[in-house]
Amino acid sequence: MTTTLTKPPADPVPEKSKRTRGPKSARAGGQMHAGPVAYVILVLFTLGSLFPLVWSAIAASRDNQRLAETPPPFWFGSNLIKNLDLAWNDANLGEAFLNTTIVAGVSAGTIVFLSTIAGFAFAKLKFKGRGAAMLVVVGTMMVPPQLSVIPLYMMVAELDWADQLQAVILPSLVSAFGVFFMRQYLLQALPNEIIEAARVDGASSWRVVWHVVFPTARPAMAVLGMLMFVQTWNDFLWPFLVLTQHGNPTVQVAVAGLGRGYTPDQSLIMAGALLGTLPLLLVFAIFGKQIVGGIMQGAVKG
Amino acid sequence: MSTRHDTAAPPVKEGGAAPGHRPSGTVSDEAAKKRARLSRRWQRDMRWSPYAFVSPFFLLFAAFGLFPLIYTGWASLHQVELTAPTDMSWVGLRNYTRIFDDDFFWNAARNTLTIGVISTVPQLLMAMGLAHLLNYKLRGSMFYRVAMLAPYATSIAAASLVFVLLFGRDYGMINWALGFVGIDNIDWQNDHWASQFAVSTIVIWRWTGYNALIYLAAMQAIPQDLYESAALDGANRWQQFLHVTLPSLRPTILFTVVVSTIGASQLFGEPLLFDANKGASGGSQHQFQTLGLYLYEQGWVNQHLGRASAIAWTMFLILIVIGLVNYVISRRLRASSSSD
Repeated sequence: MTTTLTKPPADPVPEKSKRTRGPKSARAGGQMHAGPVAYVILVLFTLGSLFPLVWSAIAASRDNQRLAETPPPFWFGSNLIKNLDLAWNDANLGEAFLNTTIVAGVSAGTIVFLSTIAGFAFAKLKFKGRGAAMLVVVGTMMVPPQLSVIPLYMMVAELDWADQLQAVILPSLVSAFGVFFMRQYLLQALPNEIIEAARVDGASSWRVVWHVVFPTARPAMAVLGMLMFVQTWNDFLWPFLVLTQHGNPTVQVAVAGLGRGYTPDQSLIMAGALLGTLPLLLVFAIFGKQIVGGIMQGAVKG
Repeated sequence: MSTRHDTAAPPVKEGGAAPGHRPSGTVSDEAAKKRARLSRRWQRDMRWSPYAFVSPFFLLFAAFGLFPLIYTGWASLHQVELTAPTDMSWVGLRNYTRIFDDDFFWNAARNTLTIGVISTVPQLLMAMGLAHLLNYKLRGSMFYRVAMLAPYATSIAAASLVFVLLFGRDYGMINWALGFVGIDNIDWQNDHWASQFAVSTIVIWRWTGYNALIYLAAMQAIPQDLYESAALDGANRWQQFLHVTLPSLRPTILFTVVVSTIGASQLFGEPLLFDANKGASGGSQHQFQTLGLYLYEQGWVNQHLGRASAIAWTMFLILIVIGLVNYVISRRLRASSSSD
């Protein structure tokens, strides 16, 4: 008798939601624990995110004929090295890699440097017109650079810069996002007292930047540098427009070129696509945590 | 780190190169002079170095952002050919009347809109759901986050080429899989809606994880006690999501909508490479030619840079309208939420 009486009212939580998680107990520790359904969905999305990449490697390890059969291959064949080698030479990927490394490296480095000093000024220095200038910065984030390609193309023609790397690098140095990102970081990471202490010691603004701002901002600078490197590495439209005439391509331009022609070798194309992506995937594998943190950090205040 | 430097180096931006450290004050009257000089230098530094720090960005932006944008408007009023891009002759609004009379312009505008909706709406909804799941206590949470960001690291070119193969009509894996549920091979490149869906899939694949992280960041910034008091009021999980999570995410949602809309309006690489042999025409029937591709076709295939400028400027005006609409909506939302 006692058991039957006490049991039902003690359990107001419906059976279904109880199975996944008990709201009360989980609340105490902050976030709730994920249930099995959540894990299943997350794993499915993870597979969906990774599958095209893995499959491009599988396709790159086969040959063109095998890719024209059903069912499609699900495991690696023996042609990977051969195809990578062919794609490397066919698409002139060696030169493309060098070019892209220069373009992405110079752009990312310059953007990080300029964004840090500008972000510092916006975050910590008082000057006339600061509010309005910051509005302009935020506003420029909304204007897509693609709309400016025609006059830029005319400039390149005027300067005779077609097929030259500076034609790609210079327009890519404008990054309102970078300025905004560094400003948000320095606003909370750099205490005013430290700057004032340095001022009292007679440090000029430039000295403050060098000895206080840069050391403080280092983590954010690293993240911004990686984000900008990825972005410039993957840039397509502008390099595609100015670097196609006589072949001095970036990786993206070279890889895109593999897809043309009427009887394209699909396994070769996949090998090229894989090669073009691999360096960034490596960066993500190593620094993924920092990049994720950086994107999320930029987002909260964005 | 900040020892006393009587000979503080002048900021590089204004005084030229910073001199090396001279041995500091030995003669006393010279020291007084030096102090006066220093204080003048100090004032100059305080006053002007902020401008020196922000000016590189604005100079670059003026040269490679603002000027080209305005000049596009100027060029759109001229006849300019790709072969002689510096040769301009005034034609007034003729470029505009030409493109507005062109059915392909309206086709491209429609395609940009439909592909934009097909790619943005599911992308942001899925990102929201994923962020919600990622916000739970998870084992290996960082692994999921990094894995979902892998498509973001993949370039448009590489992603498009892989998806072209996956969407292949005869041997593609997607049609093969659909065969199991009794769907005949779909011609993903040539069918109107199928091709738009396929192009959108590339966009969705690349950006869902990124947006999920942005939502996740915003969710983590929501104070826990909001949920606690909602739970005390008897709100279940779904009600908590509706009444606590969504309102707190409103600015973030607006931000992602704006960014995705801008991205969608500029779509270029994915449709260009989705049928590499059709290139700028965006499929055999122009079925997935976007405004970005149409601009490229007019400017670089047909070699009319003036007309391409008119298209670019039209896209710019469309963006301004979208921006204004967004602004009005966000103000309405803010007003209604503050009156609650």
